[in-house]
Amino acid sequence: MSGGLLYAFTGASLVALGLYALIVYAHLLRKILAFNVMGSGVFLVLVGLAQRAGAADPVPQAMVLTGIVVAVSATALALALMRRLFTDSGATTLDETD
Amino acid sequence: MAGMQAFVGVDTLPWLIALPLIFASASFLLGPRAARAIAPAGLVIGLLAAVVLAWQVAAGGSQRQALGGWAPPLGIELYADGLTALMLLMTAVVVLPVGLYARVYFERQPGVAGFWPLTWFLIGAMNALYLSADIFNLYVTLELLGLAAVGLIILTGGVQTIAAGMRYLLAALAGSLLYLLGVALLYGAHGTLAIALLAPLLAPAPYAGLAAALMVVGLLVKSALFPLHFWLPPAHGGAAAPVSALLSALVIKASFYLLLRLWLDLFGTISTAAAGQLLGWLGAAAILWGSVLALRQEKLKMLVAYSTVAQIGYLFLLFPLVTHTGAGAATSALAGGVMQALSHAAAKSAMFLAVGNMILSSARDDIASIDGLSARHPTSLFAFAMAGVSLMGLPPSGGFVAKWLLLQAALVAGQWWWIGVIIGGGLLTAAYVLQVLRCAFMPAPRGKIFQPVPRTLEFSALALAVVSLALGFVATGPLALLTGHRS
Repeated sequence: MSGGLLYAFTGASLVALGLYALIVYAHLLRKILAFNVMGSGVFLVLVGLAQRAGAADPVPQAMVLTGIVVAVSATALALALMRRLFTDSGATTLDETD
Repeated sequence: MAGMQAFVGVDTLPWLIALPLIFASASFLLGPRAARAIAPAGLVIGLLAAVVLAWQVAAGGSQRQALGGWAPPLGIELYADGLTALMLLMTAVVVLPVGLYARVYFERQPGVAGFWPLTWFLIGAMNALYLSADIFNLYVTLELLGLAAVGLIILTGGVQTIAAGMRYLLAALAGSLLYLLGVALLYGAHGTLAIALLAPLLAPAPYAGLAAALMVVGLLVKSALFPLHFWLPPAHGGAAAPVSALLSALVIKASFYLLLRLWLDLFGTISTAAAGQLLGWLGAAAILWGSVLALRQEKLKMLVAYSTVAQIGYLFLLFPLVTHTGAGAATSALAGGVMQALSHAAAKSAMFLAVGNMILSSARDDIASIDGLSARHPTSLFAFAMAGVSLMGLPPSGGFVAKWLLLQAALVAGQWWWIGVIIGGGLLTAAYVLQVLRCAFMPAPRGKIFQPVPRTLEFSALALAVVSLALGFVATGPLALLTGHRS
């Protein structure tokens, strides 16, 4: 197995773990962390799969950079929302607010 | 139309994206007062640009533009065909009355300074999504759209609304990551992102099936198709009335459009009839489940939000009818599905604005508390009823044309079972719309006070309802644009 494929399979496992945690855990901070794990997994797949004759392909690296910017902004928004939810109601999970 | 000749050489494609972004930045920098003042001008220019593009597509076929002169696969290309032009027109036509409504609606609520910058970002993201022709760019526009939409949801309202925004954010992020994983698989296999270059390379293979499944499921979460609709009712029902109108009418259509575009232009060789049937059955379940839950709601806005869950179902009836069914059925199914998207956009925004007026007037969000409203606010009620006629699919509305075309496609394709779904859904829709009307026509209890509602609010709702009805009369125009200029 080539190094690239190893990265891709690791990435796929991270996506599965992240998705599982995102659905199963109720605590919002865990959900946000799970989203980040899932995102890192997708980025690994992107970079790992796209090897051109042994050399790294620059396009997925540019895509991952863009993806990181998106993930950072989404995480910031999610954290801000979570903090607002906590200060307004003391809730750390979505079920507590129903 | 000789006057239109002057627009032949105008580069509308980049401006449809740049203009909302310029207005977003200006609205943010200049502050809420100035943002409110410049908004109508921007919305009208946006509508003109969409009309010019539709005319360019109708006259000269699909339009392409390589940004900065860099052609794909290296550069980013913008692309517009008849379907793109219709979605851009739909956006521009709906945001104008909703924007005029919001200017007045938020006048009484200081502190919602974020509305205009976020709305402009939302419009910019939707336009960019419709014009993008490569699957990674589409991912970026999906994320921009999701972030702007979450910002709009939590502008007003309490803990419940923030929780609804959070639930929406998490669902949307998971959906777009699944989509991006599909993109990663396709890029890893073929080394290109442009839909036009990728489509001929795809062949039935496990990796392609997996990539398509990931992308479709990711987009289903974002389109809130049953059973992935859990985030929609609290988010759309909890937001402020003009925001609900934008989300229910337009935002879900963006991910639906993307799914349709991929299904038709990218997955043509690998889609199976069984996958199409599955999407259709999920749509049928959405129609039934959404309508039944709409009937059981006690709050006006939640009723309208569940109605959206049901109406999304109709959009997905087109998938079994376009997949390996022959040209006749596929053409009329596509026309019916797109017509449903357009008429639902107008009808649902009209309905949310009308319901917003009812809530402003009676100061409560209960269906039971609007008795006597018919005498006090006939305009808003009329708008609600007209939008309801379109959702039910009664002639002569746009909703009727949509459902008629879908019925026709089902007959031609020999898939008679959808006929029962379409007719049953129409009856259930009638039941929940009439439930609201029945309450409104009850005599007002003694001493009941209805607050006055500014005229702009009533007439913006009415304008959108008229559009949803008028679509039934002028349906041939959009349908010719759609079928005459595909790829």
